[in-house]
Amino acid sequence: MTKLCLDPNIDRPDDAYADLMAAHEGLSKPESDALNARLILVLANHIGDRDVLRQALEVARGAQPAE
Amino acid sequence: MNKIFETPLYPYSRSADQDAEAPVRHPVVIVGAGPVGLAAAIDLAQQGVAVVVLDDNDKVSFGSRAICFAKRPLEILDRLGCGQEVVEKGVVWNLGKVFFRDRRVYDFNLLPEEGHRRPAFINLQQYYFEDFLVARAKQLAAEGAPIELRGGSRVSSVEDRGTHVALTVETPEGEYALEADYLLACDGAGSPVRSMMGLDFVGRVFEDNFLIADVRMEAEFPTERWFWFDPPFNKGQSALLHKQPDGVWRIDLQLGWDIDKEREKRPENVIPRLKAMLGEDVAFELEWISIYTFQCRRMEKFRHGRVIFAGDSAHQVSPFGARGANSGVQDTDNLGWKLRLVLEGKAPDSLLDSYDDERILGADENIMNSTRSTEFITPKSEISRIFRDAVLDLAEHHAFARPMVNSGRLSVPAIYDGSPLNSPDALPGGPARSRPGAPCPDLPLAEGYLLDRLGDRFVLMTVDCDAPERLEIDGIPVTRLALSARDDETGALRDRYLGEASAACYLIRPDQHVAARWDSYDEAAVTAALHRAIGKGEKA
Ligand SMILES: Cc1cc2nc3c(=O)[nH]c(=O)nc-3n(C[C@H](O)[C@H](O)[C@H](O)COP(=O)(O)OP(=O)(O)OC[C@H]3O[C@@H](n4cnc5c(N)ncnc54)[C@H](O)[C@@H]3O)c2cc1C
Repeated sequence: MTKLCLDPNIDRPDDAYADLMAAHEGLSKPESDALNARLILVLANHIGDRDVLRQALEVARGAQPAE
Repeated sequence: MNKIFETPLYPYSRSADQDAEAPVRHPVVIVGAGPVGLAAAIDLAQQGVAVVVLDDNDKVSFGSRAICFAKRPLEILDRLGCGQEVVEKGVVWNLGKVFFRDRRVYDFNLLPEEGHRRPAFINLQQYYFEDFLVARAKQLAAEGAPIELRGGSRVSSVEDRGTHVALTVETPEGEYALEADYLLACDGAGSPVRSMMGLDFVGRVFEDNFLIADVRMEAEFPTERWFWFDPPFNKGQSALLHKQPDGVWRIDLQLGWDIDKEREKRPENVIPRLKAMLGEDVAFELEWISIYTFQCRRMEKFRHGRVIFAGDSAHQVSPFGARGANSGVQDTDNLGWKLRLVLEGKAPDSLLDSYDDERILGADENIMNSTRSTEFITPKSEISRIFRDAVLDLAEHHAFARPMVNSGRLSVPAIYDGSPLNSPDALPGGPARSRPGAPCPDLPLAEGYLLDRLGDRFVLMTVDCDAPERLEIDGIPVTRLALSARDDETGALRDRYLGEASAACYLIRPDQHVAARWDSYDEAAVTAALHRAIGKGEKA
């Protein structure tokens, strides 16, 4: 089973974060919600591995990493 | 107006049982002559088991109800001797369109696999489906098969007395008592038999109403399934348009929960809705309108001693995905041969417990699939709607999102993985789709199709391997069907039954499900597998 990467993995994290904020700029709350949903679906498809997705869901729900 | 559902087909007439001194005992009594009760009756009568079917009505289903019949039930009807009539009358379809708000999001083609006698789906009004079954039952009766349909006969009490079932039947001429070795309760979602026995029926109620209208149109709409999410003519809701025979179209409009049903059903309220959907200038005639709500639920067990539940009485699903009648017919396919062997004393009564194991698995699969479709079609929370809409938005431009669009999934038969009747898979490299527990995939042969050569009895199907032409194990005949990859022009035999293997031997049950498979014939192994398949195996 592929392990979900929880170590820093994005080059220039400040830029990546700024990209995310920029994508939402000027959007209403419903438009932002819709964008987030589309983004999750696009990324989930790119990952394409249900085990990894399940681990990601756990982490997003607040689970502590199993050591 | 189509009058087929207004014509009495098996009107009440007095039976000799009503004048008998003591209650007459029948091997099998079936309560309910819906699609499921009729299929069960034909199956048993064809196998020589005497059946009496009781229904308080004497007509086919009022209005059309079910319209989509899937490949596996059609294959079962072939075995029951009326598949051809049903398929010839039905509309075969493969194409569909999905709309979201005012946009056409994408088109699809089901692209059914080649080399099967039957299509993936046909559309046919439920009253026709039942009409063909009634005709087949009457034909069998005329040929002397032990099958009787008694209309105007309402079952008003049922009691399992351990050695038999005692029941009371109410008729226009008063009531009479009957007895049965086994009673099949095919009396629909409201099952009076279930209530008489005080049994549970738990699950989830979906708070939504749907308007269903069958309309006759001369207009040339293509033979496609059109599904709308949140269309301008039914804001925030869904809609479906689907073709049936005789120029009749099924229209299904979601209405929401807080509505006045009687008001919505009036033609003056229905017609403007339909005009908005079909176009102002399209001429149509209303054939039938109804409003339905639905639930997804099942009984905890389908078998209760000598009373066995099948079809809607045992499980109920949302109509999305067309699984009600389809799965009920599969229940009877599973039950018929088991009941025959038990009644003939060739298999232990515990074989009937495997009906629970196998068909509960099927029901759970159906409930899961139709619940998921319902969740997608009618999102019940804000976030569920946000994701649903996101999928539809993406589907317009990106192929990856299209498989997630769920406007109802094709009903496919359950594979009875883990059934106590299966023997371990002993065909290394064999295809997963024909593993023990799976329904046999069809196949073109030099003459005809494979499934027409299977069914009603145990078959030993060999592919390039030697075996005796006929075996008899504990009084149960097993006949051989010898196939060879040399005759396999289309490659379907290799693909569906050999996989990586060069030879194979399959033990196939009377319901055309695989019981066991090996890479060669071994008498002891076949004997053990047959024992297992008739409930004589040791408990796992
Ligand atoms: C809108 C709609 C669309 C549907 N679409 C599909 C679809 O596309 N595909 C699909 O497969 N399914 C579909 N279904 C489901 C399908 O209609 C049912 O699953 C199917 O009719 C169940 O058959 P049944 O024989 O179990 O029960 P029923 O058809 O309900 O038959 C029960 C019979 O028992 C009789 N009965 C009841 N009580 C007694 C008694 N006490 N004594 C004697 N007789 C009695 C009744 O008169 C009736 O004839 C749809 C349903 C609806 C409402």
